[in-house]
Amino acid sequence: MSDRICITVTVNSVPYEREVEPRLLLVQFIREELRLTGTHIGCDTSYCGACTVLLNGLPIKSCTMLAVQADGYEISTVENLEKNDMLHPLQEAFSEHHALQCGYCTPGMLMSAYHLLELNPDPTDAEIRKGIQGNLCRCTGYGNIIKAISSAADKIQELTGGDQL
Amino acid sequence: MYPAPFQYHRATTVDDAVGMLAGIGEGARVLAGGQSLLAILKLRFDEPTDLVDIGRIPSLDQIDDAGDVINIGALATHNRIGASALAGVIPIISDCANGIADNQVRNLGTIGGSVASGDPSCDWPTLLHTLDAEILCQGPEGARTLDINGFVEDLYQTGLKPSEIITGLRFNRPVAGSGGAYCAFKRCAPAYPTISVGVQLTIRDGQVDSSRIALGSAGLTPIRANEAEAELTGGSLRPGQINRAADAAVEASDPYTDQRGSAEFKRQLVATLTRRAIAIAARRASGETVKNSHEYY
Repeated sequence: MSDRICITVTVNSVPYEREVEPRLLLVQFIREELRLTGTHIGCDTSYCGACTVLLNGLPIKSCTMLAVQADGYEISTVENLEKNDMLHPLQEAFSEHHALQCGYCTPGMLMSAYHLLELNPDPTDAEIRKGIQGNLCRCTGYGNIIKAISSAADKIQELTGGDQL
Repeated sequence: MYPAPFQYHRATTVDDAVGMLAGIGEGARVLAGGQSLLAILKLRFDEPTDLVDIGRIPSLDQIDDAGDVINIGALATHNRIGASALAGVIPIISDCANGIADNQVRNLGTIGGSVASGDPSCDWPTLLHTLDAEILCQGPEGARTLDINGFVEDLYQTGLKPSEIITGLRFNRPVAGSGGAYCAFKRCAPAYPTISVGVQLTIRDGQVDSSRIALGSAGLTPIRANEAEAELTGGSLRPGQINRAADAAVEASDPYTDQRGSAEFKRQLVATLTRRAIAIAARRASGETVKNSHEYY
């Protein structure tokens, strides 16, 4: 066994202090310690992107980071998208455009898309494809996901005049 | 998948990290961005007793491109390098940095980790061969500089001594009239390349003054294709000469059959990518803007 280490991680604006084993993966910390099970474990080898969360605002694969590496940092997960019982325009658009079937890749896809629209509020289809290059979907063939992200971009522009929700 | 248990130590300075590594001994491994190491630990290919996390050592992620000698800190992430002013002026750097795996991996993975892993599939070691880079290291006996050529001695084996860490990479700014390209064939964005080829050419008065050709994922180490370079040097890049260089690159390669493809398929990729990288490098050497040659999505 190894010595447990006390870490503080702010997840979706809530600071959590926990004692963890050094080998605990960030995705396990999020799912099992904090019970935020929206973030999925897919391939578990930093390939599929289902476990994508934002670390200090940047998308990363939480299956390939230790929880202790996130000590003192800010994490945003898919649970952070919904505000005041209202789905985020990206979530609405995924629903409207049938951008998910089994839904397994969706949390990671949404977090990559969220980050993409933060950087580039009006992306072309090619830019969207590049933005979700690290997220695999085995159901949709990606076409509807790209439509959904494009439509959400338009909706966000309409609602805010360009500011991210 | 969980790694086997280990003790975790967070270093605050390079000296601190070296001291920890020396104190722990052979069971210690260095953790930077973790994008190579954690995959190895999760698959239990390695079971270190201790990890020394150097990821938060201040100022080790800096890119100094003010002069003719360029320094990149070991902790600079692929995305940080890809978005830097340096990548804007040296396109082969942009090819490599922006083409590694995917956006998520590039936000954590570091250039130092890519070199230290000793993995022939990692992109930076291959690319750095084309720039004759030097590796800056620090260990219990002080700092020293190693040549990238020969640094990866065998699969996952490097010239680093026990308790020594990479602190940065250094290379000369390519001179006027030179151009480079890094071309990789990948099955999808997150995958390692099946084969990659880096080419750096300096062209004077229509003739190749000097050339560097390096192959990635083409054997147990990155491979410098000296014979292929010799085919180009002194010539004017006629098709026959480019084909001879591609053939020589294939000769220098030593690929093995694995899940990414058969050895024969990989040899064909070496030839194709060598021709492609030479063509792009030559266009860039003549001042033409050619967009990223490695980017995959």
